[in-house]
Amino acid sequence: MTRTRTGARAAVAGAAAIALMLTGCAVGTGGGGGGGDDADYDSDAELSGELSVMGFSGVDEVATSRIEYAESELGDVEVELIEGDLDIQQFLSAVASGQPPELLYADRDQIGSLAARGAIIPLERCIDGEGIDMDQFRESAVGQVTLDGEVYGIPEFNQVQVTMANADLLAAAGVTIEAVNGSDREAMTAANRALMKSAGGTLSVIGVDSKLPEFLPLWTAAAGGSLISDDGRTAMLDSQEAIDSLTWAVGIYEDQGGFSAVKAFRDSADFFGEGNQFATNTLGAMPMEQWYINVLNEVSPDAPMAFDTVRTTEGEPIAFAGGSAWAIPSGTENAAAACRWARAMTSVDAWRAAADARLAVREEEGKPFTGILTGNTVADDEIRGMVTSGGEPWDSGIEAMYEANDNTVSMPANPADAEFEQAMQDAVNSVLNGEATPEEALAKAQETAQSALDEGWAKLEERDGE
Amino acid sequence: MTSTALTPGLGSPEPTGPHRSAPAEERRRSQQKARRRNVRSALLFLSPWLLGFVVFTAWPMIYSAYLSLTDYDVINDPEFVGLENYAEMASDPKILLALGNTAFFTLVQVPLYVIVSLALALLLDRAGRAAGFFRTVFFLPKMTPPVAVGVLFLLLFNGQNGLVNTVLGWFGIAGPAWTTDPAWVKPGLIFMSLWTVGSSVIILLAALRNVPETLYESAKLDGAGFWRTSTSVTLPMISPALFFIIIVNTIAGLQTFDEAYTAFFGSGNTTYSNDAALFYVIYLFQQAFEFLHMGYASAMAWGLFLVIMIVTAIQLIVSRRLVYYEGEK
Repeated sequence: MTRTRTGARAAVAGAAAIALMLTGCAVGTGGGGGGGDDADYDSDAELSGELSVMGFSGVDEVATSRIEYAESELGDVEVELIEGDLDIQQFLSAVASGQPPELLYADRDQIGSLAARGAIIPLERCIDGEGIDMDQFRESAVGQVTLDGEVYGIPEFNQVQVTMANADLLAAAGVTIEAVNGSDREAMTAANRALMKSAGGTLSVIGVDSKLPEFLPLWTAAAGGSLISDDGRTAMLDSQEAIDSLTWAVGIYEDQGGFSAVKAFRDSADFFGEGNQFATNTLGAMPMEQWYINVLNEVSPDAPMAFDTVRTTEGEPIAFAGGSAWAIPSGTENAAAACRWARAMTSVDAWRAAADARLAVREEEGKPFTGILTGNTVADDEIRGMVTSGGEPWDSGIEAMYEANDNTVSMPANPADAEFEQAMQDAVNSVLNGEATPEEALAKAQETAQSALDEGWAKLEERDGE
Repeated sequence: MTSTALTPGLGSPEPTGPHRSAPAEERRRSQQKARRRNVRSALLFLSPWLLGFVVFTAWPMIYSAYLSLTDYDVINDPEFVGLENYAEMASDPKILLALGNTAFFTLVQVPLYVIVSLALALLLDRAGRAAGFFRTVFFLPKMTPPVAVGVLFLLLFNGQNGLVNTVLGWFGIAGPAWTTDPAWVKPGLIFMSLWTVGSSVIILLAALRNVPETLYESAKLDGAGFWRTSTSVTLPMISPALFFIIIVNTIAGLQTFDEAYTAFFGSGNTTYSNDAALFYVIYLFQQAFEFLHMGYASAMAWGLFLVIMIVTAIQLIVSRRLVYYEGEK
């Protein structure tokens, strides 16, 4: 009897202790929610203290030259770069435990979710205090770091897509680069059929790779549509432009025996080496990010390339922007230094230093300087003037890259970017895998994405109201 | 235990109740003292493990049970939502998809894994001196990191010019698109998982070598052939090892993650994925670390825990009829 009572007491005490611990932990971890920003931002102020930066590892001359410049702007501040790529879980844990890094370097499409969760702070005061000229930055880049009208990141770098094609294969098939740049989708479908080669059900040449699932946003934008509203609140995945674009882009694969066949062949290629698809004449054309021009030039300078921008169905150049941004975590101890660093790293002076450093390295290697897309229009213009010729077709590639850079669009920041992206990719993949029609898949994705957006915005508004 | 055994008079009949004599009382106390000392020593020796268990297993489990009742995104305070996450799981079509994929994988992979392991162990048992070499060879793949296996899967099973289809082509068989055709993704992953049967082979080989030779001799004298000897001597005698392998692999199958994630959701394919490879733990990982729905992911983890408990319990019940332990009456 006594033993039973003692056991019961112990159980109650244990349960109470667990409840207390859980409550304690719950309170202890909840450090987020957009901690106040009481830092004194002043571009003339002398700064000190420490600055730990998460997600940025300066390894090449473009990074190191800018780091050098930023450090000189920071004076006595001790800078520590935390090695490795950004681990969101690690970052959020650091913020929740009240020990965030002073500065965060993230992909621009991660900024919305981080801002919505209160993990990073709005930068209006930082921008005003340090005198950062946001007008210098590309509109599409700023759009990616602006949530609910507030800027949460200082953008840097820009990634754009360019149409890349094998000129020999085009000539042999009797088509031109204009037929594969997306401006005329029927012509592109026909060019694909003319370019592809297949024997006994096995592909030996991919005609056109429409690069699904990742480029659905690009194709939809090229058709004059968008996958999400400008305010980031309404999913538009089931819009007619999206359905038409997906149907057409999947059709490109179906004409070549299906996505399975194209992907298997694509995966077997030596993408970064001498045996790449263009050098081995096994790919007619595809849209691809601009950095691949440099890769091709490096590993297969004699590849018979032809370049153009990707074009809208109206024939205008278009690219879907991507890139990075600097953001200041909630609860950081040295926000003033973080803001100064962000300003310095993205300034025209820093980019000039980076371009000088890259130019010197390329000259030493006897190779052309192909430019840097900075996300900063003033810096871009200046650096474009420093580009050196690599001869044709590479100069045309760089020309196309800069033209694309001047014509970028992007998806606005939203509080559910990961869920939105996943819903979109799931939809495209289910069509590619033959499990759904474009209409069915995008309708389902629309529902999933809108539900995630609604939940994200509701939480954000609830948090703002507290 | 040792000190108790050495205590003089232990186990001898002793008077109880109010008429207990003084020496008997003294003996009883000394026994109690020794027992307490033993318990203390045992706890002391166990304490590193106990501490580890409490900090790294028990506490996270308790906390995840609590989180499963909350809406938690790592950074903001968990908000109590009762059983909402569990209710959401019931209406989430991806849960059903992931459970179906996982069940298929486990139901096909575990028997295949056991059959291949047993076949290789039987071969090794007859391999004589070469057994040591082959034992090492079979075990080596087990040392390969699962992430590397995931990437290797994409190369070996590439439908266009992967090694597997090339070999099939030698026999006039046109191999399928293992890495992209939803119908062939899971079979491909199952075949790939057989690459790491090494550890099970070694366990079964040890069990086979522990079967007393006298049993085989008796069976032979009784006129038993290969089949009768295998079913009446070998299999019963190695049944505990087989049962262990089945239990461990079933749990591993239900928790499968690394290779499939790498091949279809991680570095192997950053944007393309295939619903056929969406196993339960992969979906759990996505919810927890990509969407930061920690409460929902915790509920999913407890759902899986329940499934594993039920499956293991069924296996244990079945094992009472099928597994033979030598020490048992």
